[in-house]
Order: sequence, then C-alpha cells, then structure tokens
Amino acid sequence: MSASVANGSHVNVAAGGTLLEVRSVAKKFGAATVLKNISLDIAAGEFLTLLGESGSGKTTLLRLIAGFEAPTSGEIWMSGQRLDTLPPYRRPVNTVFQHYALFPHMSVQENVAYGLHVKGTAAGEATSRAEEALRMVKMHEFAGARPAKLSGGQQQRVALARALVNRPQLLLLDEPLSALDANLRKQMQSELKSLQRELGITFLFVTHDQEEAMALSDRIALLRGGALEQIASPREIYGHPATAYAAQFIGQTNLLHADVRGGWAVCGALRWPTGEADGPAIFSLRPEVIACARGDEASAGAVAFRGVVRQQLFGGANETLEIACGPEQILRVRIPAAEPLSGEHTFTFFPADAIRVRA
Amino acid sequence: MYSRAYKSLVSLPPLLWVGIFLLLPYALMFVHSFWMVRDGFIVHHWNLDNYAALFTKPVYLQVLLRTMRIAASVTLCSLLLGYPLAYYLSFHAGTRKELLYQLVIVPLWVSYLVRGYAWKTILGSTGVLNGFLQYAHITHAPVGFLLYSPFAVVLMLTHIYTPFVFLPIYAALETIPRPLLEASQDLGATPGKTFRRIILPLSMPGLLAGATFAFVLSLGDFLAPLLVGGASGTMIANVVQSLFGAAYDWPLGAAVSVCILMLTLALLFFTETFEKRWSFK
Amino acid sequence: MQAATPSRRQPALSAYAMFVFAFIYLPVVVLIAYSFNRDGVGGFPPRHFTLHWYGQLFGDSAIWDAVLNSLLVAAGSVALALTLGLLAALALDRASFPGKALFRRLVLLPLILPGIITGLSLLMFAVFVNAPLNLLTVFFGHGTALISVATTELFAGLQKLDRAQEEASLDLGATPWQTFWRITLPNLKLSLIAAGLLIFTLSMDEIAVTFFLIGRDNTLPMEIWGRLRQGMTPEINAISTLIFVVSVALISIWYRLRTRTLRDVS
Repeated sequence: MSASVANGSHVNVAAGGTLLEVRSVAKKFGAATVLKNISLDIAAGEFLTLLGESGSGKTTLLRLIAGFEAPTSGEIWMSGQRLDTLPPYRRPVNTVFQHYALFPHMSVQENVAYGLHVKGTAAGEATSRAEEALRMVKMHEFAGARPAKLSGGQQQRVALARALVNRPQLLLLDEPLSALDANLRKQMQSELKSLQRELGITFLFVTHDQEEAMALSDRIALLRGGALEQIASPREIYGHPATAYAAQFIGQTNLLHADVRGGWAVCGALRWPTGEADGPAIFSLRPEVIACARGDEASAGAVAFRGVVRQQLFGGANETLEIACGPEQILRVRIPAAEPLSGEHTFTFFPADAIRVRA
Repeated sequence: MYSRAYKSLVSLPPLLWVGIFLLLPYALMFVHSFWMVRDGFIVHHWNLDNYAALFTKPVYLQVLLRTMRIAASVTLCSLLLGYPLAYYLSFHAGTRKELLYQLVIVPLWVSYLVRGYAWKTILGSTGVLNGFLQYAHITHAPVGFLLYSPFAVVLMLTHIYTPFVFLPIYAALETIPRPLLEASQDLGATPGKTFRRIILPLSMPGLLAGATFAFVLSLGDFLAPLLVGGASGTMIANVVQSLFGAAYDWPLGAAVSVCILMLTLALLFFTETFEKRWSFK
Repeated sequence: MQAATPSRRQPALSAYAMFVFAFIYLPVVVLIAYSFNRDGVGGFPPRHFTLHWYGQLFGDSAIWDAVLNSLLVAAGSVALALTLGLLAALALDRASFPGKALFRRLVLLPLILPGIITGLSLLMFAVFVNAPLNLLTVFFGHGTALISVATTELFAGLQKLDRAQEEASLDLGATPWQTFWRITLPNLKLSLIAAGLLIFTLSMDEIAVTFFLIGRDNTLPMEIWGRLRQGMTPEINAISTLIFVVSVALISIWYRLRTRTLRDVS
C-alpha cells in the first residue's frame, strides 16, 4: 500500500535533494510583523519541525506554504516551481489542520474522497484510493460514519488519510496532536513517525511542544518572534544550542553569565578553563552534566565546586536537585535516583560541557 | 485567502441593489422634506418651511409628546412583563425551560394584524371583556374607555413587544456564567443582593437592547392607533400617513418622517454607546 | 440548575410568569374560541358552536385571491432577499471595501426603522421612476426590506462556520467555486432555512410597507385590513385562526429541522 502512495506521480525529487525553499519570506499583518525575513530549505523525505511559542510565527509560515496567506515579501519555491503565486488548490501540498477541519456534513469516506472528487478523479478510482488511505490509518471500518461520531484520535487519523490520499509532495501538519490527551498523543507520535518513514513523504510539522519536536524530527527549526533562532538536528540543537533562548526552550539548562579572563571563566562559585576570548560570556550547563561526587574522588579533568542541597525533586529514574553554591547562585542538577540528600556536597562537571551560547 | 474577483462578485450586487432600492428612496424622502406643495403639485423649490411648521405649530409637538409617552409606557410595561419572565425561565424553569421558551417564541411568528384584531374583539363596547364583566355582574353597562384610547394602544403594543423584549434579556441571562452566582453567595450575598449586584448589571445589554427595540418600534407605529387607538390615541406616524394621504402634503409628511428617523437613529446611537459601557469586554 | 437560590422554590415568581404567559396567549385563545361562535365576535360566554364562519370563509374567493397574491409575493421575497442577503453576508464577512460600515448599517435600517418610513420612501421612489403600484412594487418592497433579516441570519451563520473548513477544501484541491457549493452552502443550510422561513412569515404578515405600495390586488393582510373597516365578523376570526395554525406549523417544522440537524452535527 505504502509503495503505491510513495510512487505516486507527484513524488519525483531524488531523496536528499531540496524539495522546498523558503527565500527571505516576511509577513506583516497591518503594522504587526509576524515573520521577519525567513529563509530555510526542506529536503525531500525529511521530517522538519517548526518549533516555537505561540506568536513565534510558526503557524503563519505553514499557512504561507499552504497558500492561505500571501507573503509580504520573499518567495517560496518547490521543486523548481514558484509556489507562493499559486492559489492553495493548485499547490501539491496538503494540510492536516489543528482541529482537523473535517467536513461535518460528509461521511468519513466522503471526507477522504473529497480531494479526489473535486479534481475529477473517476468515482471508482476515488473510492478505492479512499478505502486504501483509510486502511492505512486503520479507519476503514468507520468509512460510513459522520466525523462527529468519532473520538479525537479517530478524527485525527481521518484527517491524515484525507490529506495523504492526494499523494502530496509535502504534508503540512499544524499542531495535529495538540488536542489529544497525553497517552494517545505518544501513540500517535510513534504512528506518525513510522507512517512518514514508510511513505517517504516530506513532513513539515508545527508544534510548541519541544519534547514532541525532539522525538519526531530529523531537523528542528526553532522560531522566536518571527525569526529563525536555530535550525539543526534534535541532537545538535540540544547538545550545542546556539543561543540562550534555544538552550532554555529545548530541555532544561543552567545559564551561567560568566566573565572570561586569561583562559578561565568565572561565574560565582564556579570556575573552569575555557578557550573563549576575554570578556563577558554566557554558557549553558545542562543539569545532567553535573555530577554529585561521593567522597572526594573527582574524575580527571573535571572541575569541582561545593553546593548546599536546597531541594530534591524525585523523578523516578532520576532526581533533580536545586543547589545553592553561593549567594543568589542556584543551580539545577540531575543525578540518578539516590537516597534523600541534604547539607553541603561536592559537585563536578567537565569544562567541555559548558557550552558557550549567544545572548 | 479570498481573491479580488470573489470579493467583488459577492460585494457588488448587494451594494448596487441596496444603493438603488434603499439608499436612493431614503434620500428621496430627505430631499422631499425641503420641497413644497403649490396648487396641489409638488414643486422643487428648496425651503425650510416644513421644518419651521413642525416646530411652530403646537399640534405636531403635542402628538409627538403623546407618541413618546405611549412608547415609553409600552417599553416600561414590556420590561415589567418580559424581564421577570426571562429571569424565571433562565433560573427557575428547570426541565421545562426549553418548552416554555418555545411558548414565548410562538407568538413572535403570529401575525401582528391577527393579534391587533384579537384585542379589538376583546376591548370593544360589545366585546368579550365587556361581555364578561356584565356576565359576572361586575359592571352593568359597557365600559367605554377600553377601546379607542391610548390605553388600548399601550395594551396592544405591549402584547406585541413583550416577546421581543424577552428575547435579548433571556439571551443575556443565559450567558451569565453560573459559578459567578455561586461565588456571590459564597461571599455572603443574599439572593436579592446577588440579583442587584451581579445578575442585573450583567443582563443590562440585553435589557437595553429589548427596551430600545420596544421604544423605537412603538414610536413609528401607525397601525395600532388605527386599529384600537381612535382619535385620542393618534400617534406621530398617523400624522405622516394622513399628510401623505388625504392632505396630500408630501413635503411636510417627509419632514415629519425625517424627524422620526433622526429620533430613532439618535436613540439607537445612544443605546449602542450605553451597551458598550455595560458589556465589560 | 437553580443557581441563584439553590433548592428554593419561588412561588410568587412562578405565578407571575404564568400570568405573563396568560397575557401573551389570552388574545389568541379568545380569537380561536369566537371563530366557532354563532353569535358574532363579542359577548360572553361564547354560545352555540358552529363551523358556519369557516364555511363562509372557504367560499370567499376574494380572501383566497389575496392568499394567492400573498404567497406569490412571499415566495418572490424569499428568493430575492436570500440571494442578496447571502451575498451581503459574504461581503460583510470576507471583503473589505470603502463604506463597509455604512453599508452594514444601511442594510439593517429596514429592520429598525418604522415600517412607515421605509414604505413611504419606496412609494416616493416608485413615483420617481414612474412605476405603477401593483404586486410587483410590493414584492420589491418586501424583498428589499427583508434583505436585512437574511443578512443578519446568514452573517451569524458565516461567523459560526469554521474558516478551516474552507481552507481544508482549497487545500484538498477544490476551486473557490467548488468550495462554495460543496462546503460553504451546506454548512449554511440551517441558517438559510431559518432565514427563508422567517422572511416568508414576515412577508405574509407585512402591512406597514405594503400599505403604501399596494395597487389594486390585495395581499391577505391588506384584504383583512380592508374588511375591518366594514365591521368585524367571525369570518375574520376564522381566517386569523388559520393564519395562526399555519404559523405554528411552520415554526414546528423549523424547530424539528433545527434539532435534527443539531443532532447530526454534534
């Protein structure tokens, strides 16, 4: 089944080649600038996530690509064809809407076949393709039902089938899982990911949930206030956040506003060697790279400091400590589950784990 | 997301239609009010005499004052009937709420003329009410003041506009979040205080909308006076009607119409302003 | 839910509410009762049940001509007002043009202005363009005045319509035209029916505007109006009763449709 969709007429870009190019796109609504000069490429077959808080412009960017809004300036290209001048119904992209936008007056089957019908596909072919798509999302038993009779998760699957049946080159997903409860959400994440692998369709996924973005994406484009903050693989963006904002938004971190002098960075009670030039610098130190030293042994190359355990939050496999290591200096430390701790302890970290970030 | 062609396609026909068949006629009315009648013909001689007549001849002012008195009485009576009814339905009707609501709505759909006619048969000197009063030996001769009086006009219009007044008030009461009332009681307010401090202010936009509706529609009514009002129940719109009819003075009639129109628009403007103040958004 | 005073009954309020209901329904009950009264429209109590007045009504060709005229005018008004009202609602919902705020108010004017002003303005217009007064002028008057009702009702329907529905349709490859017919209109079905029934009823009942635009052929309300001047007979009660029954039937149909559609959707 998946093969027939993957080999459909629209999918013709060599794997890894650029499918979609967003070139210096800006969008204003009246006086408000929602997107500032965004440029990014999406590779064919990629799962790219637009991540950001509400108001970051992620949904606007998606709507520009879908064609519901026109960019104020800039261009959007897809496989050598200019996209932003086409009306939405002539673009080889399809969207899974945030609240699904299933047509309430049509059955599940009619919803899925809609895109084929309006493009004049023969009724027989439309029916069999719709059935195939519904089977793919395991909803073929509900073909005759009205959307209102379905649960949120089922509506989600129908919305997915309705988009995929048209064999888009690029599937746009606008926070598709945000309306589902936590368990169903995890399950749908995994199904989405395997569906994307099987079909080889490029996914552009919008979410405000950083965990979801990290679990699903090949690359994450982090948006902030209408500008691109960082675009990289989840591992890269977590391990080497470019900015303080990226470090804080993706995962938890300790931001150290340090002063660098003569190859040493100093921030309150912490002092570690660094290759950065002299002057003020911000470093990101993830809670899990700090270790609590039992006894006095410290690993070679690690730097040590003393801290008083202020609070201990049990998290199952691990514990999060809040430690005070000087007046007004609180650090967050994540260690494997341990017995309750109190009093002063020695903590260590490797200087290489303190990542220099931009403000 | 809608193209320029789509927007023009949906905008132009109604714009043109409304421009030709609504704006132009209203404009004609306005223009006529500055013309005059000479030797039984309307001549396009621009003047302000019509308006001068309105403000100098006491008869017009008298009728206008009576009209406003009647409209105010109708508004007050409709509120006194409509508000408690809406309050009862919204807060105390329980499971019968939907049925009772339908029962209020039904008369809205029933002909104005039919309802006016019904009152005529009830109030007349040989009517049902007089028949009943004599049958029950409460009176021995027909009571004459019932029909063909301002009282009859107020009664008939109140009957017609009570459901109209009920509707926006009920809608406003229904949108009051019920936890607010629980919070008010929780904070120690008695039911009476809760009504005065919470329910009444929050239902004010609906109350204003209903009151405006009743007042404005009563103000321009000319059928109720003809049906049940008699000479003492004549209202300003009847003056217009006779100026356009038997008296054949369209320019003067147009001037009176323009005054009614301005009065109506001014009222609507004021309530709109007040409604905004009371809507807490 | 009895939030204001939980678990406390309000006998005085209930009694008052019943009184208001009685006030609202008393005239209608009297009207119907006396339509079966042999001795005319007044007096108390009604004696001698008869169907005579209904018999007389069914043989009264002038009344039925007027009914036919009213039906013609009402049907035409529904078509005209719904078409233009739908376009106006779409324009107000989606387009921006100079004078939009003014247009919105202008369309609604016939709804809030006294009927006599709209009626007389249209009369002046008819005289201005030298149009003879007949059922056509009445139809133009009703249709134009009732655009206000259609616009309000359909605009409210459009506001409730999820814009994402239309976006999804375009996204799936439907042209704006296809989207209008397959998504927008079906979603507005309920508002269209409601507006249509309301316009029909209002047109059937209209006097204030009709009064000034009518030619030689009477609509039903104008026919009744004319007869009232000659004196009241229970025949008028009989036709009023029929009007009442038809009105109630129309509301029930509308109400059933609404509850059924609501059940389908939710």
